[in-house]
Amino acid sequence: MATDLNLQVAGIKDDYKYGFRDSDDHYAFKSGKGLSRAVVNQISEMKNEPAWMREFRLKALEAFHQKPTPTWGGELSELNFDDIHYYMKAADRQGKSWDDVPAEIKNTFDKLGIPEAERKFLAGVGAQYESEVVYHSLREDLQKKGVIFVDTDTALREHPDLVKQYIGTIIPIQDNKFAALNSAVWSGGSFVYVPAGVKVDIPLQAYFRINAENMGQFERTLIIVEEGAQIHYVEGCTAPMYSTESLHSAVVEIIVKKGARCRYTTIQNWANNIYNLVTKRAVAHEDALMEWVDGNLGSKLTMKYPAVYMIGKGARGEILSIAFAGKGQHQDAGGKVVHGAPYTSSRIISKSISKNGGRASYRGLLKVAAGARGSKSNVVCDALILDAASRSDTYPYIEIDEDDVKVGHEASVSKIGEEQLFYLKSRGLSEAEASTLIVSGFIEPLVKELPMEYAVEMNKLIQLQMEGSVG
Amino acid sequence: MTKELRIENLRVAIGGKEILRGVNLTIRQGEIHALMGPNGSGKSTLSYAIMGHPNYEVLDGSVTLDGRDILTMDPDERAKQGLFLAFQYPTAIPGVTVANFLRHAVTNVRNPERKEGEDLIPMRDFRKELREQMDELGMDHDFARRYLNEGFSGGEKKRAEILQLAMLRPAFAILDETDSGLDIDAVRIVSEGVNRIAAKHSTGVLVITHYERILTYIKPQFVHILFGGQIVENGGPELVKQLEKEGYDWVRERYPEAAQTEEALELAAKQQQVQGRVQPVF
Repeated sequence: MATDLNLQVAGIKDDYKYGFRDSDDHYAFKSGKGLSRAVVNQISEMKNEPAWMREFRLKALEAFHQKPTPTWGGELSELNFDDIHYYMKAADRQGKSWDDVPAEIKNTFDKLGIPEAERKFLAGVGAQYESEVVYHSLREDLQKKGVIFVDTDTALREHPDLVKQYIGTIIPIQDNKFAALNSAVWSGGSFVYVPAGVKVDIPLQAYFRINAENMGQFERTLIIVEEGAQIHYVEGCTAPMYSTESLHSAVVEIIVKKGARCRYTTIQNWANNIYNLVTKRAVAHEDALMEWVDGNLGSKLTMKYPAVYMIGKGARGEILSIAFAGKGQHQDAGGKVVHGAPYTSSRIISKSISKNGGRASYRGLLKVAAGARGSKSNVVCDALILDAASRSDTYPYIEIDEDDVKVGHEASVSKIGEEQLFYLKSRGLSEAEASTLIVSGFIEPLVKELPMEYAVEMNKLIQLQMEGSVG
Repeated sequence: MTKELRIENLRVAIGGKEILRGVNLTIRQGEIHALMGPNGSGKSTLSYAIMGHPNYEVLDGSVTLDGRDILTMDPDERAKQGLFLAFQYPTAIPGVTVANFLRHAVTNVRNPERKEGEDLIPMRDFRKELREQMDELGMDHDFARRYLNEGFSGGEKKRAEILQLAMLRPAFAILDETDSGLDIDAVRIVSEGVNRIAAKHSTGVLVITHYERILTYIKPQFVHILFGGQIVENGGPELVKQLEKEGYDWVRERYPEAAQTEEALELAAKQQQVQGRVQPVF
């Protein structure tokens, strides 16, 4: 019964689809708690990394110690960096085929429906189980086109020059405390390289999952889209429930070269005790298009502002963000667009929902540098508040150093209308069903941008979040 | 067996102000009733109170459907019992398509025992039925993919209400000023739809209106005049003719006491319209 109660307190019923966990015994290696040069050295050694990467990590560790914990955004004072495992290894080697994957891990994938999803939709699956990718497959035709889609550890072994050339160039190790932390202890994540002119028409997908108490997960993703190439990368996260704090701090760096296009879609549904502090940034060159589609559910605190730096003439950036803050949750999400070249254009659309005392904040930066003439930007953020205990804030930062620009900013806050509820109820819908329908309608403009299976999952997650929200 | 919707001595207040002062009305399945009355006589209050709007406080009296007290039920329970209200001002639900909404509604109303989260009615059957009903009402199939009442013209809103009526097949339907804001062609199309549905499912219909126009298309057997919060006259189609010719002055003369409250109610009705009008949410 105690478990039941915990799950209920956490706002999630015991039939919650992702509220399972596997036993802890299968870890091949688990670092001690806390962070030091010794831990970083050990990580690098176990991974058999080149000396330059060890230096990169150690430098980052220094930056991490020097950088202050941010005092803006969310409440981070309870986050104890000494109470976290920084590295864990689930299996000694990566499975090359499905048969090689250990049974227990397979079991987890089964629960997540990965194999089926792969068969139906996916070109490649690089699914991260704890800190290492253990199962990975890539359709042959992509391989033939020269597309590289591996976990970042493998990339470091097999394509060290590419990794060395780009890692840390978009998000330097000194960028912020959490980017520094990730740079020091990163493990796993995806590495994607799309050669010039290659268009990948099926979304590439990775599935992340945290499954050990107090374990930080620090995946590092690097995507390089060469001139005229196209890619859609999809990342989904689910996590089981835990009682003590846990930290997820990823870094995603993307380079979109001349005339190339990249869309990066994330649906995250972290357990309610997780700090989700992620740095995501893309650079868009001339006439390139970068799109972030970012859905944030769950977690205790999320601080995440996907960024597009438009550094080439005619580059475009688009950020679509959905945040759902339930009981005890703070979603501090939004986006950053930086116009660093003429005739660049950007759009940020943010939709947030808060319920049961949750707090959803939009935090966005729109920056236009001097000389970025003829640039355009439009920012729209809409918030839906489901009850009087919940909260929504908007923090739009706008810095414009160029006269010849067109910018727009709209914000709205609304509550579910009594008239809407009555109308739907008069047609036989219960209050909970009516609220869920109204919420799914609110985010529909963004959900329809998702690949079909993710749209379905997003709606299911919203339904789960809405269950028991009334009465 | 024909069902019966029985309203007895119904007294209803909004914001502490009594609007309905003892309404008595019985409708059997298959009957068509018209409820007429000047602006502010309490017509819309009656429809909202029967459907269970939370702002409408029932002070006294009863509403029963086949002997069951519906006043204790939530609006969704009332819908499942076979009640339907075609709204005068249908609310927009952005991002929710007509089809998706209706699939939820139809599922609930047809399977009142369904537990939440259980399957909706099969998509294929539902789509087929929806298309057939849209064809009957002369509606484009694309209509099903539009967001419910969002950006609908007055005529589209009313037609969408009748489409819902057709899909939900209630035992009793209240049409609240369904003709208001419609041109004559639209009134005819909507009325024909109502007649067809009512005949097919032997629906008990209460047409609320202050124009006679719609009643040339939907022909009531019973006509009631609501005045000063009470039904003061009951009759047949001849009452419609009389109102058309003479207006409400004879009613005011015959019921001076009700006429006194009428003015106060009119004021209250205006306030209620301001409050009750659909507020755009987005």
